[in-house]
Amino acid sequence: MSNEGVIYRISGPVVTATGMNAAMYDVVRVGEEGLMGEVIELHGDKAVIQVYEDTSGIRPGEPVLNTEETLSVSLGPGLLTQIYDGIQRPLATLEEVMGVFITRGVDADAFDLEKNWKFEPVVAKGDTVESGQVIGNVQETETIVHKIMVPPGMSGKVKSIESGDFNVTQTVCVLDDGSELQMMQKWPVRTPRPYRQKYAPDTPLVTGMRILDFLFPLAKGGAAGIPGPFGSGKTVTQQSLAKYSDAQLVVYIGCGERGNEMTEVLDEFPHLIDPNTGKPLMERTVMIANTSNMPVAAREASVYTGITIAEYFRDMGYDVALMADSTSRWAEAMREISSRLEEMPGEEGYPAYLSSRIAEFYERAGRVETLNGDDGSVTVIGAVSPPGGDISEPVSQGTLRIVKVFWGLDAGLARQRHFPAINWLNSYSLYPQSLDQWFRDNIAQDFPEVRTQISGLLQVEAELQEIVQLVGSDALPVDQQLTLEVARMIREFFLQQNGFHEVDAYCDIHLQYKMAKAILSFQDAAKSAMANGGQLNDVVNVPARTDLMRGRFEKGYVDTIEGMIKSMNEEIANTVEEN
Amino acid sequence: MSGKEYRTITDVKGPLVFLNKTEPVAFGEIVTLRLSNGTIKNGQVLDTSDDLVIVQVFEGTAKIDRESGVTFMGDVFKLPVSTELVGRILDGAGRPRDGGPQIVADEKADIIGAAINPYSRQSPHDFIQTGISAIDCCTTLVRGQKLPIFSASGLPHNDIALQIARQAKLKGSDEEFIVVFCAMGITAEEYNFFRSDLERTGALENAVLFVNLADDPAVERIITPRLALTAAEYLAFEKDYHVLVIYTDMTNYCDALRQIGAAREEVPGRRGYPGYMYTDLAMLYERAGIVKGKKGSITQFPILTMPGDDITHPIPDLSGYITEGQIVISRELHQQGIYPPINVLPSLSRLMGSCIGEKTTREDHKSVSDQMYAAYAQGRELRGLVAIVGEDALNERDKQLLDFSGVFEDKFLRQTRDEDRSIEETLDLCWSLMSSIDTKYLVRLDQKWIEKYHPENKE
Repeated sequence: MSNEGVIYRISGPVVTATGMNAAMYDVVRVGEEGLMGEVIELHGDKAVIQVYEDTSGIRPGEPVLNTEETLSVSLGPGLLTQIYDGIQRPLATLEEVMGVFITRGVDADAFDLEKNWKFEPVVAKGDTVESGQVIGNVQETETIVHKIMVPPGMSGKVKSIESGDFNVTQTVCVLDDGSELQMMQKWPVRTPRPYRQKYAPDTPLVTGMRILDFLFPLAKGGAAGIPGPFGSGKTVTQQSLAKYSDAQLVVYIGCGERGNEMTEVLDEFPHLIDPNTGKPLMERTVMIANTSNMPVAAREASVYTGITIAEYFRDMGYDVALMADSTSRWAEAMREISSRLEEMPGEEGYPAYLSSRIAEFYERAGRVETLNGDDGSVTVIGAVSPPGGDISEPVSQGTLRIVKVFWGLDAGLARQRHFPAINWLNSYSLYPQSLDQWFRDNIAQDFPEVRTQISGLLQVEAELQEIVQLVGSDALPVDQQLTLEVARMIREFFLQQNGFHEVDAYCDIHLQYKMAKAILSFQDAAKSAMANGGQLNDVVNVPARTDLMRGRFEKGYVDTIEGMIKSMNEEIANTVEEN
Repeated sequence: MSGKEYRTITDVKGPLVFLNKTEPVAFGEIVTLRLSNGTIKNGQVLDTSDDLVIVQVFEGTAKIDRESGVTFMGDVFKLPVSTELVGRILDGAGRPRDGGPQIVADEKADIIGAAINPYSRQSPHDFIQTGISAIDCCTTLVRGQKLPIFSASGLPHNDIALQIARQAKLKGSDEEFIVVFCAMGITAEEYNFFRSDLERTGALENAVLFVNLADDPAVERIITPRLALTAAEYLAFEKDYHVLVIYTDMTNYCDALRQIGAAREEVPGRRGYPGYMYTDLAMLYERAGIVKGKKGSITQFPILTMPGDDITHPIPDLSGYITEGQIVISRELHQQGIYPPINVLPSLSRLMGSCIGEKTTREDHKSVSDQMYAAYAQGRELRGLVAIVGEDALNERDKQLLDFSGVFEDKFLRQTRDEDRSIEETLDLCWSLMSSIDTKYLVRLDQKWIEKYHPENKE
């Protein structure tokens, strides 16, 4: 047996080859054009291959060459700001080689192999280095230091180490066993990168979106699912997270989504400034764009490509956030390939291993002690697109079983133009317990209590609304009418946030707390005014309250809000005297 | 080129022919079948191996027997393209249907079409004025967008599509669209309606028609939209035209897809449609757009009828996940005698934000559109309440909103089939209708626009 075989059968993206020495997940080159594929099944002499490119025009009898490597990504300086397809080919290079349409049979390096980077060693000759240890730094972008690590599995004494300008394939360090280290390393995408241990998350990923940070916080190293029907704002939410969350690095995977939407991201991101560092957003971002019409097998691979890159940066001690939009398209890619393999289907035609694949993927999130002894994290936020918006389907259910945060998007809210259209009644986060200490220490001692009050009011509102539907709000006692007003303020002033507004799009967590307090303050002032004979209508309509609510669109609100609350309370108190 | 003729058919099942012992046949290769009675049929290879080849026959498998001869043409399906296509009527497999000569090809284009590199796309931002107020104001169409009409049987989606085809233009430009019209499984009557309307307005000279009717083979419908889009791509990206592709009815296309899936004994997904339908539809819808460095554009206007008016049915559902919004036609409005019966509430244009405003439409557009939408939504909601508690129980604000919802439908939505309102007319109309509501309730309007455009302040 050799590493060269011939094609026996072609059925869409699935090709069978014979006469080839193959192991599972080997990467192969298929046909005269050398299309990239991966071995996914073995039957005796026959190897079943999923091909990452279009197979039209390929014939039985054409050669198949086994590279005997598993599907891997290249990791090293040059990754940041790149835009890749599902198998880590840079889209800009593809455009240079094939023009605006993606044809096939083109191989491209993941980043510039010739470019020189300034390597500054942090270990010296004679030092003993362990696998995963940092041996030197490269300032990749203004904000990010790319740490060069000993590839997992290697260790020894440093025989020689360089300093100065090198490209990623030149040797910068030699160990005493003769192994040479370069700045670029490869890692198979389907294998999680090693770490020392996983910690429980204790720091929130601050996103600047009020409903998320305040009511349903996500921890750094946690996993969240965002299911929602079309038009409910999944992509806008994911993009806001990519723009404003306080992760140090962002990996954004556009998996099987719209081309024009990706273009929008590609147009917009280079001009956006990271609110946390003041530097261009692109400098902390790696993007993967495998749109819905690009080959389905590459779509299947894209989430693994993305998470491997995320883990690599985690190993340097960074907090990385990964957005996958949408994991349903990834699951559908699995289903499509599974059905071509004529596998016995599970629920709704999805393969029986769907839920375990989803679980394995989300389990690659986490806050870890890296091999170098640092603290790093990968936070995964996966969008889910349930058919008809019905989350009883397998992908949503498989996701909900594993993630600890559920941000449920709601078509009804989207239709009312309430954005972000996250339903506050059925969404949940299991992190508050582990994060509350952080909120108490860093924001305010009573932060968790304020949150409980706010969500309590929303619950009460939901119950009252049922009565209102039947009898109208005028039939309720005044104190309940006030509760409805307060809840309306929570919804319109606090939960609604304009993701496209210059100021409102990102709300500092300290400001979030002050805004929540403002609502409770209104409630208290109104209650006491009404107890002294104030009228609900007067109390609600004091001009200072409108000013307070409009203020969130102005810069410097965090400083002016206290004064606005004060004038609102005064005006509310004055309504009593008028009577 | 044509090769050997094989007589090795083993099985025939639905639209599929199975044969064995051939020389290596390419995946996707075109096939001709010669029947014992001399009839010629065409097909395409769906699965190929050393032992067995599966061919999907476009014209149906009637009269195919084991004696029929099968020839492999050595190439994948290609459409001869040239500017001569404009003004022609072709059948669902790309052959002339108008009695005219064969198309003389400048080149032959692969109908599968390669994916546009997302990096090479250009964001759509040119406003298309359709002259229909509901669309221009609330779900604005952008050049390079794919915006489907979600309709249902018995509704006037065809009239709306034709009106758009007739009236669509770029604001402040007389550049016309080339219309590529793709019929899939529609009735001869519907087709004649389209054709005579295009003829009447002279639009036919600037159109290419690909026609597969209800009594044409269902399997052929799989390639009809691909032919249409291949022609569109050629005209847009090689010849700099702005192309508007209208295809109707996507539901028939999806049913044909299901038919083939069933014949291949594939594991079905929801409601029997194949699991790869999302990818398959994306391969069509994603062929809309604008590309860096090319002058032309492709805008898509697919029409689909929702079975049982159900928007969660797999066809509208999967479409909605791919397209950039949707225009939803409402049976309720239609029955009230309102044309065009567009329900703006579930309708959406995702690209609208990029093409409205001072430079393209008018500075107050966003504000007006938000307010119209909000007021109408609230008014509609109040109708439900009024049914329970009666109109007298409403406060002044609610009464005004309730009345507004009626006016919205009667004055704003309703227009005639040849009424072409400019965007300024539409926005002015919005202002005059909104003036029936007290200004203090119009919270979504910016004060500066109220001062500038409100009828009270205009005089």
